[in-house]
Amino acid sequence: MEHIRTPKVENVRFIDRISSRKAALGTLYLTATHVIFVENVSETRKETWILHSQISSIEKQATTATGCPLLIRCKNFQIIQLIIPQERDCHDVYISLIRLTRPVKYEELYCFSFNPKLDKEEREQGWKLVDLNEEYNRMGIPNNYWQISDVNREYGVCDSYPTEVYVPRSATAHIIVGSSKFRSRRRFPALSYYCKDNHASICRSSQPLSGFSARCLEDEQMLQAIRKANPGSDFIYVVDTRPKLNAMANRAAGKGYENEDNYSNIKFQFIGIENIHVMRNSLQKMLEVCELRSPSISDFLWGLENSGWLKHIKAIMDAGIFIAKAVAEEGVSVLVHCSDGWDRTAQVCSVASLLLDPYYRTLKGFMVLIEKDWVSFGHKFNHRYGNLDGDPKEISPVIDQFIECVWQLMEQFPCAFEFNERFLIHIQHHIYSCQFGNFLCNSQKERRELKIQERTYSLWAHLWKNRVDYMNPLYRADHGQTQGTLHPQTAPCNFLYKFWSGMYNRFEKGMHPRQSVIDYLMAVKEETQQLEEELEVLEERLSNLKKVQVNNNKVKNMQQDRNKALRLSASNNSIANTPQEYSNNLKSFPSRSPSQGDEEDSALILTQDNLKSSDPDLSATSDQESGVEDLNCRSPSGGCLPSEDSGKDPDSDEAVFLTA
Amino acid sequence: MEFSELIKTAKVENVLLSGPGVPAVKGTLCITSHHLLLSSQPGGDGEQGTVELWLLIRNVDAVEKRFASSSGTITLKCKDLRVLQLEIPGMEECLNIASSIEALSSVESVMMMYPFFYRPHSMKLEQGWHLYLPHHYYQQVVAETSAWRLSSVNRDFATCPTYPSAIIVPAVVDDEALRKIAHFRQGGRFPVLSYYHKKNQTVMLRSGQPLMGPNKKRCQEDELLLKAALCGRARGFVIDTRSAQAAKQARMTGGGSEPKAAYLGWKRLHRPLERGRPLQESFMKLVEACNDPSLGMDRWLSKLESSKWLSHVKAALSTACLAAQCMEREEACILVHGAEGTDTTLLVTALAQVILDPDCRTLVGFQHLLEREWIQAGHPFHLRCAHSAYSHARLKQEAPVFLLFLDCVGQLGRQFPFSLEFSERLLLALFENSYASAYGTFLCNSEKERSLCKVKETTHSLWSWLNQPNQQKEYLNPLYSYNALVIWPSVEPQSLQLWQGLFLQWIRSSQYLDEAWAEIQRLVEGSETPTRTNGAAHSQLLLPH
Repeated sequence: MEHIRTPKVENVRFIDRISSRKAALGTLYLTATHVIFVENVSETRKETWILHSQISSIEKQATTATGCPLLIRCKNFQIIQLIIPQERDCHDVYISLIRLTRPVKYEELYCFSFNPKLDKEEREQGWKLVDLNEEYNRMGIPNNYWQISDVNREYGVCDSYPTEVYVPRSATAHIIVGSSKFRSRRRFPALSYYCKDNHASICRSSQPLSGFSARCLEDEQMLQAIRKANPGSDFIYVVDTRPKLNAMANRAAGKGYENEDNYSNIKFQFIGIENIHVMRNSLQKMLEVCELRSPSISDFLWGLENSGWLKHIKAIMDAGIFIAKAVAEEGVSVLVHCSDGWDRTAQVCSVASLLLDPYYRTLKGFMVLIEKDWVSFGHKFNHRYGNLDGDPKEISPVIDQFIECVWQLMEQFPCAFEFNERFLIHIQHHIYSCQFGNFLCNSQKERRELKIQERTYSLWAHLWKNRVDYMNPLYRADHGQTQGTLHPQTAPCNFLYKFWSGMYNRFEKGMHPRQSVIDYLMAVKEETQQLEEELEVLEERLSNLKKVQVNNNKVKNMQQDRNKALRLSASNNSIANTPQEYSNNLKSFPSRSPSQGDEEDSALILTQDNLKSSDPDLSATSDQESGVEDLNCRSPSGGCLPSEDSGKDPDSDEAVFLTA
Repeated sequence: MEFSELIKTAKVENVLLSGPGVPAVKGTLCITSHHLLLSSQPGGDGEQGTVELWLLIRNVDAVEKRFASSSGTITLKCKDLRVLQLEIPGMEECLNIASSIEALSSVESVMMMYPFFYRPHSMKLEQGWHLYLPHHYYQQVVAETSAWRLSSVNRDFATCPTYPSAIIVPAVVDDEALRKIAHFRQGGRFPVLSYYHKKNQTVMLRSGQPLMGPNKKRCQEDELLLKAALCGRARGFVIDTRSAQAAKQARMTGGGSEPKAAYLGWKRLHRPLERGRPLQESFMKLVEACNDPSLGMDRWLSKLESSKWLSHVKAALSTACLAAQCMEREEACILVHGAEGTDTTLLVTALAQVILDPDCRTLVGFQHLLEREWIQAGHPFHLRCAHSAYSHARLKQEAPVFLLFLDCVGQLGRQFPFSLEFSERLLLALFENSYASAYGTFLCNSEKERSLCKVKETTHSLWSWLNQPNQQKEYLNPLYSYNALVIWPSVEPQSLQLWQGLFLQWIRSSQYLDEAWAEIQRLVEGSETPTRTNGAAHSQLLLPH
């Protein structure tokens, strides 16, 4: 609390997204964990809560007649503008936020104060939801070829690896330790995924310390052990996910890549995914495009191309596709690495696993996948997502890219995933929110030292509890798309990669489809299920009563009524809509300064986020708009709806046209 | 002319057919007057050959030949954007086949086209032609407001050759005045009612440009008509689909745009929309980019950008929304025109109606709209859809204005997935039929021409085919529920998408998307099955045995 210079500022104007022309007047509060804005409008007192950990940058803009603007960019891609009347207050808020959004100790993070009112037992249960031993058992391990090794207990060999590592049976402790000494940060080859059906596996490691000519017998034996663990194949692929040039440059520093001559029976392959710095800049460029106000199609497409973002996404996907193909079709094991083996390697291994195994496309399986390839293998969440104040050059959207790969696959295979887009968005949100302990720190070792499981709650349990919100209605366990390996179209396929506005323009509600198919279908699905159950009960009674005719009609009528009611509720909720700015001709349609805002455009666009604010943490941290109130006045019982909002805002467009 | 003169070789054996996404098949190729057929060779155990290809020759947009030593390959690029390859043994056969297809696909005479020969058993001629007469719509309007009247001034297409015989105009303007106004508007297209917005009694009119010329000629009757159209309202907007400068320049060639001083209460808004050759070139560039497998991720985006197609989609939607906004929110009347008033004008008026009027969003209402605002309103389909995106022929008057409209409607459907009663499949079928069809609906350039060619008497209507119950089901959107509200789309680049179902139809596999669609149908219909099966059981009981 000592960092808060001013806990409360009144008469602040607040704009919650780029496209909004409306500024709300209200009071700003700073707390130890959140920025809170409460609107003055007395009936609603709408609140917006923003977690400090979500804030990525704060920018003081030039003072205007209305006050001093602060631009806040969030890691979940929300952009907020605050206009504070007094320069002095603005400065205090700015200085306070600069400190608050850069915590220096883990204990300052929200998860240590967040209390969802669960008892100790529930918390422990929550942490047990995802169990990696169980997952390796599911893969069929340990077996004749693979075993669990305790070589890393107490993190004695590699401090960024988990204590329990799966390795080939023929790899002795001597070989593992020897190999680890020949690998960056001692990240020796370990099992990521094993395919029961053909014994092919995906292993991961860091780069070898080969320099220009160094060799390591144990490392060579390690790779041989991996090959022998797959009796069906006489070679393994070694996939270096870096561009060849980067890998060669590393040789000068005594690192590098495997020399095919020194390792028996390997096939070496570069894939060419760029490093974290390139990716950080690429995202930055893409977000600049997303921030443009009413860009032309050309501005947008040029900007998108120039950012290179989709090219990078495709590169990651291509690597995953290559590995999945090697494992599923050729039956060949693959060893994947990049430099340290915790960024690109994690991306590629998890994309490949997702393509190969339908289990990872279920809600539970996806949690397991992130736990396996990201959390347990020491992906540096703290550094990459800037949870604690640190080197800004370490920050990079590595897991964001993986999440986007999943979304791109969902677009191509709409029936293949048990979960929906909202699930991905909420996971992304919580990777940055630090509300749950799962993604704290840089390794398992650090998390254990901090006693995360005893002091914080697990996100997985929270998501699992609300799983109804995250279900994809088109998913059926017996559907063709849910079986076996996914084969994304490879060539030509550039046009299959699309900009994900649901993520990067998540808060620009007006851009998204105004009616949610997923929510409607989910409602239909639930309703159908209920009806079937009721029907069963009634049929049973019917046969008892033997009054077939009368009751049958009753059932039928009831079903009809229900169907009607269902459609009404599902459609009315999501229809409301309002015209937008349809002119790009600024001469005749002058853009107005935010302070003039009388445009009633925020309350009316009801999308899934409003309808589904059942996720309590999100409703606290994201903006709720006034969707709930609007829903009430839009109930079907209200009869035929008047045109969206004509009554509320008669003169906004008039003003626009008069100047035309 | 006899078709047989054009067919140099009617039949070739051992032709290998290949296309994207399907395994190659070998079979016998036959050319008939209107079709290209390929039937696969019967298997060894006496099984019948099956027909693998049944292609309307009119659908062929370009024929490309390539020769190897003793055989040749013909690439057929179709108007529906499909690309097929035929490997034909024998140089001469190959040349003959290619030139036959070229000749048959470019037959100029309308009366020689397939619809005049197509006689399916299940349908009766003249069936669908009376379903959607604009006349009916105009009568409804007249019944609601005394300010408008039906006029027969264009009986026999004497006043305006591109208007239908039934039109609706302000009641106070008599036929004599209309004839005068026709001389003052390009193509004789005097302002007529296009849409009546019941909710607030505003109207949308459309016309050709006023023929003011360099001397700023005026026409009193025209001014009176527009004054009457305001029905006492203070304001109206003329939405000119050209830039202010282009409209001004048009005066040099005899055209122009309504000056404020002469038309009290009317204000001009210029919203330039692309038309003609630039639009056709945009279409061709986009299709070329979609078909280029060598593009990397980056070059794909810049090709998509440089085609400008999505910019045209955005401009068309924005302008239609502006028109809709003027009516719905400003409660003002509007007049839409560009130059001829047969292309971008119709694009805007038709699109605005889909946005404003829930009746236009039903399967039947949409067909009504197409008949009234495109076909009868004189969009020159024959000229505009003579060639599609592949043709090497010198461009004449081709322009995919109607396709642009369908694309915009598709964008609306994506943003409001419950609000259109019809699905993307209808839009695809309309696209295909507008370029090559077995039905007469999109033939010719105007009602006058259709009447001269006796299209209604001697061809079948697309509508009667579409409205057969089994067909209809194909085109329905299972998620539809009536939405009385205006649907205001977002026109931000993030919200507008390339129409994959059309432009990538033959390039990417749609298997997984089709499965998703089937799953949606299953879910929604599953929830209705109990009542449906009951209904079926009841009707069975009623049948006499």
